Amino acid sequence: MDERPISRALKLTAAAMFLLLLAPLLVVLPMSFSGDAYLAFPPSSWSTRWYGAVFKNARMVDAFFVSVKLGLAVTVLSLLVAVPAAYALVRLRPKGGGWLLALFTAPLLLPTIVLGLGLLIVFASLGWLGSAWGLLLCHLIVTLPYALRMLVTTLSTLPPAVEEAAATLGASPAVVFRRITLPLMAPGIMATSVLSFLVSFDEVVVSLFMTTPKLSTLPVAMFHHVEDRADPMVAALSVLLVALTLVVVLVVDRTIGLGRAFVK
Amino acid sequence: MTVAAAIAPTRPAKTGQPVATTALTAATLLLPIVAINTLGFLVPVFNLLLMSMRKVEASGALLDAWTAASWLKLFVDGFYLQLLWNTVRVSALITLLTLLASYPIALYLHRSRGTWRNLLLVLVIAPLLTSAVVRTYGWIAILSDQGVLNAAARALGAGAPLRLMFNEVGVVIGLTEILMPYMILSLLAGFGRLDPRLEEAAASLGAGPFAVFRRVVLPLSLPGVALGSLLAFVLSVSSFITPKLLGGGRVFLLATEIYDQAIVTLNWPLAATLSIVVLLVFGLALAAYGRVVRRIG
Repeated sequence: MDERPISRALKLTAAAMFLLLLAPLLVVLPMSFSGDAYLAFPPSSWSTRWYGAVFKNARMVDAFFVSVKLGLAVTVLSLLVAVPAAYALVRLRPKGGGWLLALFTAPLLLPTIVLGLGLLIVFASLGWLGSAWGLLLCHLIVTLPYALRMLVTTLSTLPPAVEEAAATLGASPAVVFRRITLPLMAPGIMATSVLSFLVSFDEVVVSLFMTTPKLSTLPVAMFHHVEDRADPMVAALSVLLVALTLVVVLVVDRTIGLGRAFVK
Repeated sequence: MTVAAAIAPTRPAKTGQPVATTALTAATLLLPIVAINTLGFLVPVFNLLLMSMRKVEASGALLDAWTAASWLKLFVDGFYLQLLWNTVRVSALITLLTLLASYPIALYLHRSRGTWRNLLLVLVIAPLLTSAVVRTYGWIAILSDQGVLNAAARALGAGAPLRLMFNEVGVVIGLTEILMPYMILSLLAGFGRLDPRLEEAAASLGAGPFAVFRRVVLPLSLPGVALGSLLAFVLSVSSFITPKLLGGGRVFLLATEIYDQAIVTLNWPLAATLSIVVLLVFGLALAAYGRVVRRIG
């Protein structure tokens, strides 16, 4: 591949814009070691007390565990619902399949503020507000379109020849699926799981409509905390979350390739 | 669209089963997603249409009667027209700034290779995987009276702190940065059509760097620009977290008003009406995008 030399002007502008892009993530690191009671730059003293404060804050700790449990449950349910759906759409080719796929991925196009309001109104009349089940269903609506799209792509790039060979040799459709299709889909299923978990873990707008002070996810608890007072505790929590995300991203990059998962 | 093409009926399924059985299997496998989609998407969205015409008391109690009051309010009450205009104006400004800030990064990424490129790509995607709350909080740390920029301004001898948040300036800065990854990825997809040999040909025929950019690079990148701008615009119209936190209740936009009407004022019919307005703005933006794409081919 022939390369064009990159001009100095472009290098400098790109570097400046990268600084802008990363500024909010870069700034939370020094802020998290602030010894001050409020957000101020530069901090007048340094300490790790805000990291301790994160773990002592019952609301944040509770919300963290709610988010993790919710993320895991949503990931499992997304796979249980989306794998059969993707298989039906790609391999069984029902009439109107394209139309159905558009319908199933449509929530992705809907602004979350509109989706959140719509769910609030319906769930209020069903009495599901502030319930774990309601929250689970809301997150499922948000993650399913991502999961289905990724699995449909995975399945349609698998050559059907192996499955056909197995079927010709007498394996029933269920056996073909379990012994051939599912193992071949494994990388795509891994990627879908990671994406579903991250999407659920980061979801905030729809959850804002569904949560109560008693049952809150971590992003919602952080939102209310920042709305109230932006103290360095959120910086410490942010650093922990960014580190967690970084670990997940690096693992994904090593195992399936980040480029493959996100840039198509 | 590759995903839609993937399931186009180009060849019959070879399951060796009668068609009726296949259809039945497909229906069974699709049942859970149909149920969830209906309950969590179709019903809530159509219910918004109905809700926008429900009669409501000041207490938020819904009456079993229909009225066009919420829709009338939208056009008669100057506040809501102002709100709509504010939203469109601020979103258009954010879109433009996002494009200007993202273009150099995308062009640089397009021209770099190997591990360095992958590393930079991770840096572009990483913010996308970080909660909007965290990134907005980062901007508070930068823009507040005690923040990084004002500390720098003080060091340079400024007296009163610069007002960089709890106003439109803060919302515009924060959202521009938040939307940059979407724009960069769209631009990168658009740059795929840009063959480096074209630039070399133009340069060897005597075009200066600026002429090469204006006559070759920029025109060929326009589809990516259009896609990125559409994304940035619609995401900015519907974004809520950043305007709420950086606007501090002093910047009035459609999305923040929907939330306030739904949660604080408890006027669900008005909130529903405003959310349909958001969808209409989306539709118009999509239609405009379609026209632009047809023109630039």
